[in-house]
Amino acid sequence: MAPVPKIDLSGLVKGFGSKPVLRGIDLSVNKGESLVIIGGSGTGKSVTLKCILGLLRADQGKILIDGQDTTRLRGEALDAHQAKFGMLFQGSALFDSLPVWKNVAFKLIQAQHLPAKEAKDRAIATLASVGLSPEIADLYPAELSGGMQKRVALARAIAARPEIIFFDEPTTGLDPIMADVINELIVKGVREVGATALSITHDMASARKIADRIAMLYEGRIIWHGPTRDIDHSGNPYVDQFIHGRAEGPIKMQVRRA
Amino acid sequence: MNPLALIGRTLLDFLAAVGQVAWFALCSTRHCFLPPFYLRQVARQFVDIGYYSLPVVGLTALFTGMVLALQSHTGFARFDAESAIPTVVVLSITRELGPVMAGLMVAGRIGAAIAAELGTMRVTEQIDALTTLSTNPYKYLIVPRLVAGVFVLPFLVLVADIIGVFGGFLVCVYDLKFNAANYIAQSWQYLEHRDVASGLWKAAVFGYIITLMGCYQGFTSKGGAQGVGAATTNAVVTASILILVTNYLMTGLFFAGK
Repeated sequence: MAPVPKIDLSGLVKGFGSKPVLRGIDLSVNKGESLVIIGGSGTGKSVTLKCILGLLRADQGKILIDGQDTTRLRGEALDAHQAKFGMLFQGSALFDSLPVWKNVAFKLIQAQHLPAKEAKDRAIATLASVGLSPEIADLYPAELSGGMQKRVALARAIAARPEIIFFDEPTTGLDPIMADVINELIVKGVREVGATALSITHDMASARKIADRIAMLYEGRIIWHGPTRDIDHSGNPYVDQFIHGRAEGPIKMQVRRA
Repeated sequence: MNPLALIGRTLLDFLAAVGQVAWFALCSTRHCFLPPFYLRQVARQFVDIGYYSLPVVGLTALFTGMVLALQSHTGFARFDAESAIPTVVVLSITRELGPVMAGLMVAGRIGAAIAAELGTMRVTEQIDALTTLSTNPYKYLIVPRLVAGVFVLPFLVLVADIIGVFGGFLVCVYDLKFNAANYIAQSWQYLEHRDVASGLWKAAVFGYIITLMGCYQGFTSKGGAQGVGAATTNAVVTASILILVTNYLMTGLFFAGK
């Protein structure tokens, strides 16, 4: 019998007002797998993640996590569902009123009720795993560079060892070297935690590095998916245009965001 | 657009906004009674809203009491009724000016600060980050502010009452040459328990309104810096208008026919 996918989306539809964003997403991610969704701006990548997390409610379709339907969860059931996730946000989304170690240990202190001393030790160990020294633990996010903030955000995403980690444009705004460092840390971090990873990006270097499989989202639908090694000969003109970054091709750029 | 359609659209938008605020108020208030409680956050808000508002509320009350005494004297001296000035000052301050002036000043200081802080957290995805860290944003961000607003405003108004009456005392005794002992005796003579109590009840309601509107505008802001700016303005304007309207309604409730 085939294993139950960790994440299974079927016929996912979501719109805002009269504007449809997701028009029927079918996608599954197996346990321990790293899947990257690529696609242009405004194609519905972030909306997909937010629907899975329960931050947005899908209009139609189903979201199964470990085979359990989570599409319409509320209250404590939704809280328990969301506790399975960690997320690295595009802009890091660190809490600027808290020092670095409290950002990293936030879930350990607030949700898992670890004593402050133990939580701080765990935070410092996690910071070390993303290449940051203990000295930065007491600094505030505003005192760090963009690349360091991204590392802290990655440490926060993996500190509580979540079952599923989302990476939202993890390399946006970073120089190519720092982007590669973050990609390697993502691969290492996900492997160490043993998590299932779902990432969204339009950085193809990042997608190639962190993905086991890649899916392409266009106009609210998955138009191609397959192993990373197949992306260069997908036979799909939309995928070809996107991965080579050509202005000419079947994809017409959207001016307004979804 | 057809003028009738425009009126209809405006009315529908207004009703929708009222419904959204009412729903937000209901959800937020409900969370005030459900654990977990973030007591450290509540304590922080007591300091931010209460302690740091003392100078601005105190100064406002002082000069309001002083100008009230001066203006009353200008009017009452025309028909030899100066002896009524202490009573007019103490009743005006405790019943109306203390709570309203404190409410408006705190709306400007705290309502704007709450909307700006939460609005920035919203547009930088920090509120979404809270959810992925197993922390309910209503409980962590909104409940502490609402609780602090409701309990701190009466305390601030009590201080404003004392300082406001003292302002009137200063003008009457040192400028208008009233007898100090007589002034104090006159102030107490007609002051009733409900004069002070009504002001404190009003203050609790104003505290709820100020923090609720700040939280609502910040929590629902969108569109970057411009959206945060609009949220801040809206928080102050709506809270101020609601304070004035509620003040009239509560005055009617407490003192109609008495």
